Amino acid sequence: MRGVRNGARLYTVDPRRSESAKWADIWLGIDVGSDIALANGMARVIIERGLQHRDFIANATTSFDDYAAKVGEYPLDRVEEITGIPSDVIEEMAVSYASAGMAQIVWTLGITEHHNATDNVLALINLALLTGHVGRYGSGLVPLRGQNNVQGGGDMGAIPNKLPGFQDVEDDDLRARAERIWNHTIPPKRGWHLTQMFEAMAAGKLRGLYVIGENPAESEADVVHARQALEGLDFMVVQDIFLTRTAQMADVVLPAAADWCESEGTVTSSERRVQRVRKALEPPGEARPDVDIIGMLARGMGADWGQPTPEDAWNELRLVSPMHAGMSYQRLEELGGIQWPCYDENHPGELFIHGRLWKQPLESPPAPFIAVDWVPPVDRLTNDFPYRMTTGRHLDGFNTGVQSAGYDSPIRTGGTIDISPEDADRLAIHDGDLVKVSSRRGTIEVPARRDLALRSGLVFMSVHYGEDADVNQLTIDTWDPKSGTAEFKATAVQLQKV
Amino acid sequence: MISLTIDGQTVVSPEGATLLEACRSIGKDQPTLCYLETLAPVNVCRVCVVEVEGSRTLVPSCSRKVEPGMKVQTESERVRHSRKVVFELLASSVDLSLVDDSVQEWMTNYQVDPGRFGDLAPLVDDRDERHAGHHYENTGTHAETVFQPVKVDNSLYVRDYSRCILCYKCVEACGDDAQNTFAIAVAGRGFDARISTEFDVALPQGACVFCGNCIGVCPTGALMFRSEHELRASDLWHEEEQTVTRTVCSYCGVGCNLELHVQDNRIVKVTSPIDHSVTSGHLCIKGRFGYEYVQQLGDLATTPIDDVLRRAREAGTV
Amino acid sequence: MDIRLMDDAPSDAERAVIAALIDPVEEVGSHLAIGGHSARRHRHLLLPVLSAVQSEIGWVSKGALNEICRRLVIPPAEAYGVASFYALISTTERPSVVAHVCDDIACRLVRSEFPHGDAVVSSPCLGQCDRRPAVLLQRAGVEDVVNAPGDQDPFELVGVADPTVVGDRLLARVGHADPESIGSYADHGGWQALEKARALGPAAVIEEVERSGLKGRGGAAFPTGVKWRAVAAEPAPRYLVCNADESEPGTFKDRVVMEGDPFAVIESMIIAAVATGCAKGYIYVRGEYPLAASRLRHALHETRLAGQLGPEFDIEIIRGQGAYICGEETALFNSIEGLRGEPRQKPPFPAQVGLFGRPTVINNVETLINVPGIVLEGGEAFAAIGTPDSAGTRLFCLSGDINRPGTYEVAMGGALGELVDLAGGFVGETQAILLGGAAGAFVDTEALSMPLTFEDSRSRGVSLGSGVVMAFNSSRDMHDVVRRIARFFRDESCGQCVPCRVGTVRVEEALARSRSAPLEAGLIDEIDRAMKDASICGLGHTAASVVRSAISLGLIS
Repeated sequence: MRGVRNGARLYTVDPRRSESAKWADIWLGIDVGSDIALANGMARVIIERGLQHRDFIANATTSFDDYAAKVGEYPLDRVEEITGIPSDVIEEMAVSYASAGMAQIVWTLGITEHHNATDNVLALINLALLTGHVGRYGSGLVPLRGQNNVQGGGDMGAIPNKLPGFQDVEDDDLRARAERIWNHTIPPKRGWHLTQMFEAMAAGKLRGLYVIGENPAESEADVVHARQALEGLDFMVVQDIFLTRTAQMADVVLPAAADWCESEGTVTSSERRVQRVRKALEPPGEARPDVDIIGMLARGMGADWGQPTPEDAWNELRLVSPMHAGMSYQRLEELGGIQWPCYDENHPGELFIHGRLWKQPLESPPAPFIAVDWVPPVDRLTNDFPYRMTTGRHLDGFNTGVQSAGYDSPIRTGGTIDISPEDADRLAIHDGDLVKVSSRRGTIEVPARRDLALRSGLVFMSVHYGEDADVNQLTIDTWDPKSGTAEFKATAVQLQKV
Repeated sequence: MISLTIDGQTVVSPEGATLLEACRSIGKDQPTLCYLETLAPVNVCRVCVVEVEGSRTLVPSCSRKVEPGMKVQTESERVRHSRKVVFELLASSVDLSLVDDSVQEWMTNYQVDPGRFGDLAPLVDDRDERHAGHHYENTGTHAETVFQPVKVDNSLYVRDYSRCILCYKCVEACGDDAQNTFAIAVAGRGFDARISTEFDVALPQGACVFCGNCIGVCPTGALMFRSEHELRASDLWHEEEQTVTRTVCSYCGVGCNLELHVQDNRIVKVTSPIDHSVTSGHLCIKGRFGYEYVQQLGDLATTPIDDVLRRAREAGTV
Repeated sequence: MDIRLMDDAPSDAERAVIAALIDPVEEVGSHLAIGGHSARRHRHLLLPVLSAVQSEIGWVSKGALNEICRRLVIPPAEAYGVASFYALISTTERPSVVAHVCDDIACRLVRSEFPHGDAVVSSPCLGQCDRRPAVLLQRAGVEDVVNAPGDQDPFELVGVADPTVVGDRLLARVGHADPESIGSYADHGGWQALEKARALGPAAVIEEVERSGLKGRGGAAFPTGVKWRAVAAEPAPRYLVCNADESEPGTFKDRVVMEGDPFAVIESMIIAAVATGCAKGYIYVRGEYPLAASRLRHALHETRLAGQLGPEFDIEIIRGQGAYICGEETALFNSIEGLRGEPRQKPPFPAQVGLFGRPTVINNVETLINVPGIVLEGGEAFAAIGTPDSAGTRLFCLSGDINRPGTYEVAMGGALGELVDLAGGFVGETQAILLGGAAGAFVDTEALSMPLTFEDSRSRGVSLGSGVVMAFNSSRDMHDVVRRIARFFRDESCGQCVPCRVGTVRVEEALARSRSAPLEAGLIDEIDRAMKDASICGLGHTAASVVRSAISLGLIS
């Protein structure tokens, strides 16, 4: 906002005219799931006008010609038809983005909760490569993370194909190095990601599950199917600070201490900044820090790790992950966090990571343009399901609401189906009226709320109120094969006043 | 770099530095109330004024930039007199009992005697209705004050404007300098000026998003966690027993730093360090108030403060 | 913008008033909204639209404020903060006609009863001391009107008496030319100076003004030519502001000029714009001067038709809404910009950072209307009038216990006593003369020999201020007068800085106590020193000056 106040132009691309969109010089009210068409259309404008960064493209990228050919298939009239946005505005944004001295693309789950999430992101990366708005002060690609440590989880290797520090588990050299440090063999093949696990459960190939700090019985798309899959398991352990809906289905529940205030450790924020969390409270009852629980489990399985402190575990991580090597607890303390990579204890950390692309000659692999095509959301709008429902958060809520329900927010509206004033008028729905919302997967009843941020045909539900508004009974479990993310953002629904 | 003298001592400061920064660079701190590093200076409290040779009036050190050859006095009789009187005017009209120790020390240093304007007037309940320029009878029998009932209209924080010195910090934090929500502004005029929502509507009816950044910048305790307010009212607020632990917010990926104020193993207040680069002390509703899920009050262990905290939490909104 | 509006809707009448003045600044469609920086540039329409709603509807309701905020993209809390800053704007419902009965120092000499009620409120000086006592009727749906003298039923429409005006340079046309006729203005010598200025060109005009030695008549006596040259050297766009927010108690001369010779104000402004290359001009007229505003509006219209104003330079009238502080130049800028009329800390000065953050020439009415004479006769001829350090003539506002209250123009350098004689002398035995206004000082009859110049007044520690000369004879209760002045400052302090906001209250309290106890002169002295030294603006600096002069002359004890 400080930048906007200092004169920076802000374009907001969002189906809803959100609070942020109201600050924008231009709000582009894109139709749900048409982001690639918009990005490709912008690219076509930029190339047609010769506004691409020729030197950067030549020096730091590959496959530009393929990309140029692909975006050539997206003339503005076609893009306008797909996105619903007037073409002159798209053109203006494209020119403005390409001509700006510094420009950033900032996004969050509106880009990634789609069946083609990775393609959506690639389309944006292509734009940044095209214009050289990457790896420079003030320019870049900024995905905003929704959880305090979703970045850290990936950094630590809690993803099926990576070792800590994003080292490919299928790379024999990297794996061998880790095996030497751990003195233990590591399976040479990547594992399943979450969505594959649910498929495996449904197919009977996955029979036992250990869930730490996740609530899939509420958060999964097409949640009725997900619950059936969990119920079909032979054995499930849930380690959580709450007795969540998932924990209630578990065979064993391991009560955990809240990591951010009842135990020590680190978290990593969106900007790759590793920071310390500290113990301020004694955990209640038998709750234990995760590191202790895992150590006890290991002992139970016959591997005595002693009683490592969080700092011991961290120092081991620094051995395995080169990009964390320079981050001692002491330095994290003194510097108020460090942004990875930080290779040694004299390294200050990196403000941005793609600066390498500006080296001449390039010392590392160039960045490829990966041309992508627009495909519509899977859940089609038809006469039976004519409304596009998208989901998201409220300011005061968080995910399935188990944390945010704990405090009394004066601005909490509860679980509602938010409808444009035009649609509400047509359906004679007033605030608070119960509405039956049906998708191809299920039907729920929720109170209605008029929302000026919505246009006719678009409805919205938050994800925080599973008890009263179990939105994921409606969402589709179609998922992006590359990231495993489900298409929470695009559901076709029907509305009926009760 | 710019060279100037402060109390006869030569100081070299970077161009664009303020006199306050120049003073602090040589260890001469100045009192401030409306100044904060993270907010644009509004220079309204006037306790940081210093004497600059050639200037007809004293100048606010918090906003005045250094100029070559400036001769600055921070301890002259004029400076001491103005600061003393300004503190007296404030202390005779506002409840300053919760300002921090450094301000108390300055007031002692300047021998502040607010009692010389007479007995303080008792609270009144019409301050939000006062019309600009319409005179409110002044008989001189009491020193007029801003004492008024505490505004308690939600479960998260209270507004005790009897403690408000009108430093504008909350307005700035709510607006341009941090939150960009603009739920509050200064309304009215003169001594009847006050911080207000539109038409003095209750906070939940206005634009407030309950980030609490106003609380974070308030120097006098006028804006206070409901929990702190209730504990103080019950005589159970024991700051000396509290620990303050810095950690990272458990919600989104921004990485805001939190300082958890803990008493009897209960979080009773959350602040954020203004010198941390991630958000400079500013938070959102979840970071500031969303901690309750880690303390199911009374479920397992009951501390003396549980009942009060539970009552505060369940008080609801008006 | 990230604003949350209220749920309240405007009435049809309110919506019509607002819609007539402002279109929504955002363009919003189903897939597109254009707003942002372009929408947030319309804040300056806030005061005019608040004024219009107040004027047409009689008060500003939640629904009306909400509609204004929606159209202008302003947060309701901020708009409420602005609306509640002004005495003439009401955010609560009130009768459709409200009488503002002046009970300030000149009027209270002739008025003993001060009715109170929903429809009758007491008012600070209405600038009608030459035909006191005065009443301003604020009327919903009808133009406001002043009754002066208005000593009967405050609601009875009696109009205003002809002013007493003596002077042959600045006041030459007042009472002679038709203030509503551009032809009459031309017949009386109008437009010649502008024609000559255009022929001379900017540099030569500024040179003549510098050579004239003209100093600002608003109180600070800053050389006008120096100010103009500084602004002309700054990058464009530059603005020109005529400060016509004449609100100093006892002052009415600018009103007399605006009502009697409005084209002269406009011609002077155009010359200033020619000289300084300003893109746009504003006249900020005191809200309590409905006749002056309507005469100026008419004169602007005729001037535009005559082709003297146009796209290259035009002038807009902004009406104040009852705030003395808006006469302070930076508060005036904030007021025009749609902010609360709170003064800014200086530096930076208006010549560098003024209206809308741009270089700005700001002069008051009297200063500006000296310019045509300077252009026509040359700077040297002007400098020959008065004394070397106080060139030209000045307008003085004589009132109180004086035989012929009115506006008098005299060459600077003559004695105060001569000026009083011009007005027929005192009525009764004079115990004190208020010089310069409520922000000035009391003097006694020994001062009658003082030459009326900047330098002589300064050497005596007084100020000519806004030209107020108000006499009080021995029958007057000076304690009551001084208390009224203290009350004035308490009511008119913007409230921004502590010394002024609380100091004005404490001074008033001390004076109240002194009715029945010895005066705490030491305490008042201490507060005054802190206000003088530590306040942001001139209001605080001078708020207790009169009180202290009254103490030192022994007028109160």
